[in-house]
Parts: sequence; structure tokens; C-alpha cells
Amino acid sequence: MRKQWQCTLAAAGMGLLAAFGAAAQDTGPKRWQLNMTEGITETSKLVYDLHMQIFYICCVIGVIVFGAMFYSMYKFRKSKGAVAAKWSHNTTAEVIWTVVPILILVVMAIPATRVLYQMYDTGKPEMTVEIRGYQWLWEYKYHGEDVKFISRLKRDSDQARRVGSGKDPNTVDNYLLDVDQPLILPSDTKIRFVISADDVIHGWWVPVLGWKQDAIPGFINEAWTKIPAGKEGTYRGQCAELCGKDHGFMPIVVKVVPKAEFPQALAALKLELNGIDSEKPQLASAELAAGFESAK
Amino acid sequence: MANAHTHDSHDAHHDEHDHKPTGFFNRWVLTTNHKDIGTMYLVFALIMFFIGGAMALVIRAELFQPGLQLVHPEFFNQMTTMHALVMIFGAVMPAFVGLANWLVPMMVGAPDMALPRMNNWSFWIMPFAFTLLLSTLFMPGGGPAGGWTLYPPLSLQGGNSAAFVIFAIHMMGISSIMGAINIIATILNMRAPGMDLLKMPVFVWTWLITAFLLIAVMPVLAGAVTMLLTDKFFGTSFFNAMGGGDPVMFQHIFWFFGHPEVYIMILPAFGIVSEIIPTFARKPLFGYQAMVYATASIAFLSFIVWAHHMFTVGMPLGAELFFMYATMLIAIPTGVKVFNWASTMWQSSMTFETPMLFAIAFVILFTIGGFSGLMLAIVPADFQYHDTYFVVAHFHYVLVTGAIFSLMAATYYWLPKWTGRMYNETLGKWHFWLSTISVNVLFFPQHFLGLAGMPRRIPDYNVIFTEFNMISSVGAFGFGLSQLLFVYIVWKCAYSRSGEKATAQVWEGARGLEWTLSSPPPHHSFSTPPVIDDRVLAHGDVTH
Repeated sequence: MRKQWQCTLAAAGMGLLAAFGAAAQDTGPKRWQLNMTEGITETSKLVYDLHMQIFYICCVIGVIVFGAMFYSMYKFRKSKGAVAAKWSHNTTAEVIWTVVPILILVVMAIPATRVLYQMYDTGKPEMTVEIRGYQWLWEYKYHGEDVKFISRLKRDSDQARRVGSGKDPNTVDNYLLDVDQPLILPSDTKIRFVISADDVIHGWWVPVLGWKQDAIPGFINEAWTKIPAGKEGTYRGQCAELCGKDHGFMPIVVKVVPKAEFPQALAALKLELNGIDSEKPQLASAELAAGFESAK
Repeated sequence: MANAHTHDSHDAHHDEHDHKPTGFFNRWVLTTNHKDIGTMYLVFALIMFFIGGAMALVIRAELFQPGLQLVHPEFFNQMTTMHALVMIFGAVMPAFVGLANWLVPMMVGAPDMALPRMNNWSFWIMPFAFTLLLSTLFMPGGGPAGGWTLYPPLSLQGGNSAAFVIFAIHMMGISSIMGAINIIATILNMRAPGMDLLKMPVFVWTWLITAFLLIAVMPVLAGAVTMLLTDKFFGTSFFNAMGGGDPVMFQHIFWFFGHPEVYIMILPAFGIVSEIIPTFARKPLFGYQAMVYATASIAFLSFIVWAHHMFTVGMPLGAELFFMYATMLIAIPTGVKVFNWASTMWQSSMTFETPMLFAIAFVILFTIGGFSGLMLAIVPADFQYHDTYFVVAHFHYVLVTGAIFSLMAATYYWLPKWTGRMYNETLGKWHFWLSTISVNVLFFPQHFLGLAGMPRRIPDYNVIFTEFNMISSVGAFGFGLSQLLFVYIVWKCAYSRSGEKATAQVWEGARGLEWTLSSPPPHHSFSTPPVIDDRVLAHGDVTH
């Protein structure tokens, strides 16, 4: 225990900047992670860059303003014999500190607008995945394929998370971030997601993709991603919108496979699902499912 | 001469000339006196601050380590929901109304509020509203658990306690609206001759604008929750997609109230800090008129930025861009205010009594909250930040180290005026340093948690988030316990009366009509209008 604390203290001691750098390397969150993930897609990198730009701008403004304040607090003390000046306005200064922030904001708004345009361009997808949120699990369907399945919190996490379970979450792999059946996606493919919900509002969020999107009953929201080849792997996320008692317990897992292997993976999934189909809980009523289809 | 009204603070007989009602019932329950009502508002707010704080500590205790140790998720959600409702409507807003009650008549040279009987009613609604709200925790199905934002369909899933919550919100709204009407009527009609609008203290200005915001948006909230009520109990489908309704419409209506509400909780804080910094800098407030116009600009902008709370609901691109640009614009007037405070400190002659310490901490820490707010305005980045602990960190920086710190500063600043006794400065400084350090330990790591991917409103989390959650929880208990010291200091100053007697002026650099009255002031502030002498007026350079 003591050793663990020493380790954590040492890690903290490495300082903010070290952790800022380290955060960018890996995809999943790390202990002591300080910064946003750069993610794995082109979009997520653009989002990360915007985040860092605005962060640095804030840092510079903060250093100037707080610097001036701390200098004042050091220099203009009554105890050091400072005598207060009488002035209470300065038109030049006031014009400068109104105009300069406007320019900074314009400079910031341009790339933000450009990235947003790109994120909203869901046109020409190579495949479409339907996502539906339920209390408290996700349902996925590959558009045009007869594959529909439920993805819910993995059993070991679900047992350990109960009050008084006696199970240490540290012993559970990917505690609260693992599911029984991940969503399999191909790399190097523009994938469109159509996102909705059945009961209450949920939020579908995988940080490495660079966005989250609310899943709202009666609405069909769109989003897209294109995971570059070479970024295959398993990526995790969670429901982001409060959706009731088990809001914290409906994770998302995306398994990205190479584009060439995706047909086999899909076929294997079909086989697996058909085998266990009878056990699958029928959550959506037939009418609701029909409504969802016709709404598209 | 305003000084003609100064009563000597050691005038032992002045109480007898005050015509204070005797007996608890007459003095407090039937009171129409702005000071007594102000005191009751402040005490009420302090009690609510501790109730809401206790709920926050339940949340932080559960989040101390991964796994569920103390509470079930259902109760956890009730705690997050109630914590927010109690802190917003029970602590911060009534505290500012209490300050307005105490100070506005004294600052504009009036004997009392314009509508004293309504004043009594607007206060006495509050204890009943909160008894009703808090009682829902003991009802079958528990209290509200859908978040303070009450988003349907989730908020409609709970038990019948929803009806009580909605009725309580209606009562709070009635109270707020009446309080706001009273403040507007007082400021517009009760100013002493010569107290022109642009000579008023900035605190009065910020409250005037806040009161208009309250009147504009509290009915919107009332409408939104009434639609929830009929959706739940009377079969309407305003927000029910199955019946042709629109759950996103609720969010639009709610945030049309909710964003001005944010400024309702911070504009009076701007006013307080604009009074305190010049006092202890012994220099007039920089850019008095710019402060007033910036406040008005922020109030205007607050009505056209609401959907930045809903960037991820799937709005059209044009709407996202509009709300992003409008939100970024708020940085301009807010920046002007911060630059003005910093300029007030420049070439001044500062001392650092407790109110000044809290005011300076306010400027720095509120600005940090403003920075994260600017980051949240960038829509693509918000797609990552939204609904994470980054947002939690952001709004606690503006509300705790913003609104609450300004309230602490105000209490220390005016307590000697209210009670006629100085508080214990050493203990005040202890309270400041304990609060400031612990509050940063509490909220700063939450930025990291959010950026690393921890969603908000979850009772349990993956083990990689353990360390910063532990640190945050330690800070939470430190901050909570530090506030007991605050109660002790106030109690000691107000009741045991052991402190040094306060002069009418109290602070060397204090300016404004309230400092021309004795400490404590007479029961009725200005029975005859004071003659306004520009030199004793507020800190602004009124010639510009």
C-alpha cells in the first residue's frame, strides 16, 4: 500500500507536462491522465488540435492577467508605502482590450467552423450502423445486413459493481468499460451512424472517435467516423447522458478490424448471434422497431 | 450632508429609537423590515448551503474510490439532483436576494424596500418551498433523480414526488419574481435625490439587471415544469415523442431559462467584487460605466446562447454555429470586467483583509472558470467535453469560487456594518486560505478526469480514474469542514459580540452611502433622504 502511494506520488511528481505528452500516445485513458485523447481518427485529431489551441490562448491570457494582478499585489501594497493613483479610466487601454479579444475569437472561430463543417458531413458513407440506446444497454444493427444485437455491461463488472459485492474493482479487467458483445467496425471505411433511443435520452460516446452524440427517443441523429488503416484495436466509451440508475453501467466497446477482414468478422458474428438468438431478450416492441424503420 | 445621519455606534440608546417590533413572532414572522428580511434570507441560504453541501459530501464519499460502497445508484442520482436544486435555488439565489435586501436601500439612500409586505411574503415562501422539495427524499420512490435539468423522458419516470418538486419550483419562482419586482421598484423609485442611475454603486446596477433577468426567465421555467406536470399526470405529450411531442423542445425551453439563470447567479457577484476591490485598493473602480455596460451586454447575450448547453442533441449546423459565435462573444464583456478589476488594482494602495482576499481569489478563479467556459463554446471540442467532469469542474469554478466566494467576501465586508462588531480577522484569513486551497484540490482535478473521459453523474467509475477522484474527495471534505469555521466566525461576530466595535466607516477606503450610517445601522435606514455628496458615493469616477 505504502509502495503504491510512493509510486503514485512519484508519478504525480513527474509533472503536468510529462503527463500531457504521455496522454497522446495511447488510446485508452491512463492513470493520472491530464489531457484529452488525441484519438485515432483524422477528426479526433482536429478536435484535439482545436482543444489545444484554445487552451494555449487561455494560458497566455491567464499569464498576462494574473501576472499583472500578482505584480500589483506585490508592488502596490499600502504596507510598502504605495500611494493610490487617482485615475479610473483609460480609453486607449479599454479599446485595446475590447478589440484584441475580438480578433482572438475570430481567429479561433475560423478553424472551429471548418472542423464542424467536416464533422457534419455525413454524406457518401460506405456503411451505416444503427445505434439505439435502452435503459441500460445499447443495441446495434448493421444497415442492410440482418445483424442486430445487444451490447451490455460484462458480467464480471456487473457483479463487482453491486453495493457490498465484496469484489475489488481493481481485479476486474476494464472495470465498467467492457461489454459482452462489442460493436465490430472496419477500418479505412467511412461509417455513418444513425443514433436514437427507445426510452430516455442516452449519449453515445467513444472518446477516441472525437465526438459524442445524444440518442433521443423520436429523433434520429447522425454522425460519422473513418478509422484509418493501422488503427485497428479495441476502443471503449460510455453513455454520456444521464439515463437513470444504471447510467454509469452501460459502456460502449468498439472493435476495429482491418477492412479486408470485416466480411468474415461480420459472418462470424451472424453465426454467433443466430446460435444465441433465442436467449436474447426482446427489448423493443415490434411497433417501436417498425416506427424506427419508417422514420428513416 | 450625508454624515448628518451617522449615528454613533456606541450610542446605547439607539435601539430604543428604532421602533423594532418586540417578540419573535412580531419581529421576524411579521416583519416588513428590509434588514430583518435580509438577515433571514442570509441565514436561510447558509442553512441550505450546508444541506446542499452535505449532499455533495455524500456524492464525493461514494466517488472516493471505485466500486459502490455507500449508496445505491438511485440514491446517488437523487443526491446529484437535489444538491444542484438546493444550492442554486436555496443557497446562491436567496443569499444574493438577502444581500440586495440589506444593501440596496442603504446604498440608494432609501428607508426600506419599496414593497415591504411583499418582501415578507417572498421570503416566507422559501422555507415552505424547500420543506416540500426536501420532503420528497422521504417519499415512496424517493426524490427527483433525473438531474436538476429535469430532462424528460427521464424526469417523468420517477414516482409521484415529481408533483411536489414541480410545486416547490413554482413557489421558488414566485418568490424570486416578487423579490425581483421589489428590487426594481426600490431602485427605480426610492433613490435619494441626486442618486442618478449612473451614480449608483455597481452592486445596485448588477442587481437591477439581474432582477430583470429573473422576471424574464422564471416564468419560462414555470412553464417548462408545468408542461412536465401535465405530461406526467394529465396525459399531454408536450415532450413525449410517442404522442407527437418533442423531448428536445424541453431542453430549449429549460436552457432559455437556464442560461440567464447562470448570470442571475454571477452578476450580483460581479457587483460585490466591484465594491470590495476599490475599497481595499483605495482607488476608484476602473471604468465604472464600462462595468455597467458590460453587465448589460452580458445580460443581453445570456438570452441568445442557451443552446450551447445542447450542442450534442443534433441541432442543424447553422444553429450550432450561431450558438458557438454568440457564446464566444460573451468573453468580450466578461473580459472587460476582469481587465477593469485588474486595472483597479494597478497603481493602487492595497491591504489584504479577508474580504479583499476572497475578492481577489474570485477574480482569478472565476476567470479560470471563464477560460474553461470559452473552451466549452468551441463546438467540436465540446463534443468531447460535453457531459464530462470537465463541465463539472467548469461550473463549480464559476459557481463555488465565483458566486460562493463573492458571498463570503460580501459577508466579511459588510458584517461589521450589519452587526456593529468586527469579525476575527485572523480566523477570517484562516477560513480564506483553507477554503481556497481545498476548493482547488476539490475541483481542479475534475478537469483532468473529464478530459481523460470520465462522464458526469456516474456513481462508479473505471479504476484508472481513482487517483484524481480521491484527491477531489479529500478536497471536498476539506472545503466542507472549512465552512464550519465560517459559521463560527459569523456567529462569534453577530451573537457573542466579543469583537472590537466597528466604526461607521469600517474600512478606510470604503465609499458609498451605507458607510455613512452607523454600525449597526438604524432599523429604518434613511428616514430622511441623505444629501448626496459625490465624494462619498460609490467607487466609480462618476464624472466619466
